[in-house]
Amino acid sequence: MQVNETAKEQFRPVIVAFCCNWCSYAGADLAGSSRLNYPADVKIIRVPCSCRVNPLFILRAFERGADGVILCGCHPGDCHYSTGNYYTRRRMTLLFSMLDYMGIERERTRVEWVSAAEGAKFAATMNDFISTVAKLGENRKLRDLRCKK
Amino acid sequence: MQEIIEKINELFENGTVNRVLAWKTGEFDYERTPAVFTKEDGLDGFSYDSFCAANLAKYLILETKKEGKIAILAKPCDTYNLNLLIKEHRIDREKVFILGVPCRCKIDVEKIRAKGIKGIKSIKEEGDTLIIDTIYGEKTCPRQEAIQDKCLACQGRTHVVFDEKIEGGEPANVEKIDRMAEVEKLEAMTPQERFDFWRSELSKCIRCNACRNVCPACTCTTCVFDNPASGVSSKANTDTFEENMFHIIRAFHVAGRCTDCGECSRVCPQHIPLHLLNRKFIKEINELYGTYQSGEDAQSKGPLTNFTQEDAEPSIVYTKGRV
Repeated sequence: MQVNETAKEQFRPVIVAFCCNWCSYAGADLAGSSRLNYPADVKIIRVPCSCRVNPLFILRAFERGADGVILCGCHPGDCHYSTGNYYTRRRMTLLFSMLDYMGIERERTRVEWVSAAEGAKFAATMNDFISTVAKLGENRKLRDLRCKK
Repeated sequence: MQEIIEKINELFENGTVNRVLAWKTGEFDYERTPAVFTKEDGLDGFSYDSFCAANLAKYLILETKKEGKIAILAKPCDTYNLNLLIKEHRIDREKVFILGVPCRCKIDVEKIRAKGIKGIKSIKEEGDTLIIDTIYGEKTCPRQEAIQDKCLACQGRTHVVFDEKIEGGEPANVEKIDRMAEVEKLEAMTPQERFDFWRSELSKCIRCNACRNVCPACTCTTCVFDNPASGVSSKANTDTFEENMFHIIRAFHVAGRCTDCGECSRVCPQHIPLHLLNRKFIKEINELYGTYQSGEDAQSKGPLTNFTQEDAEPSIVYTKGRV
């Protein structure tokens, strides 16, 4: 009993963060060089634009063991390719509402706009997201059950 | 039906088309399968009546690549898909002659069987009643109770694209339903209830891919689900994840393009209400980005290939509905 409770307390979620090369990836870099703290549970995947993220990427991340997936891109209007993140915004809104519709906790997915100058926002966003996902616990609803660590 | 046959023969005679895409009587009296009739072979077995539920639009993609012009018989709901195919340059409009045909809502034989009427030999319509000849004698069934689900949700569509239209037929005396009612019912549930609902539905999936193959909006020649490296190509689901993923992605790939023709649910051998996934997307799009009916015209931009600077942020999803 004791052991279980300790294990529960120590649950550390696996977070996959898709970061746009031009803004959020540089923002993450700035968070690092500014020596801001955020947990190492965040696995960053660099993408050329937030628009590159196919809904299947997000589902695949969950399949392979992610407990939360966050997508970071440039602020609307600041896209390196002019309009990419506007499409992302519509696409992800629909995907998230579909996940919610299927009964999967909607708090496990998030979109944040983080610019290259917002290292502090990147760290704060990650800390906040991790604590939200940690409260939800392990993702069981969208997992490939054959994948045992 | 006579009028349609005359029209097709006329098109054959004056050389407008050399083939026609329509329906023919299948193995049973009430079964109608899509078929291509050529000028040479004539209209042997041709049929158009209340059992012709199949949407023929998708067959045009391959048919228009062949020699000569083809005529297609299009019900009002099919013309929305034709418009979509024209918009996405999947068919060459010049090679198609669209013949609009009237529709009185189609009949679902499964619904008649579900009422305990077995051994059906033939079905005849008399006004709002169906006279069913079975091996156990004659039975009757009100027409309203045997209407296809997709037709109950159709809100009286008209032909949006056609070269010629055959008018006529008495108007259908069918009581329609609110197509979003079921979606709203699901939305009112708790997440766990919704999860259980979809688990019980999607766990029936045998991955026959019929929903994908029939969908007239789903027209890629190379499909992500046919990728042998994906681990999910053409095989039964091995776990709950694959069931969810296939159906989320299938619905997502036609989001903003789905005309709500209801073919996916009609062909599902496991009777999974797949249209509820598509309608959820339609409902969200209508609420967030303004009412949009896919296929209404062949010019407008679809909601997912368009944007405005004032669009809602994805975080709006967290503020919706229950706690």
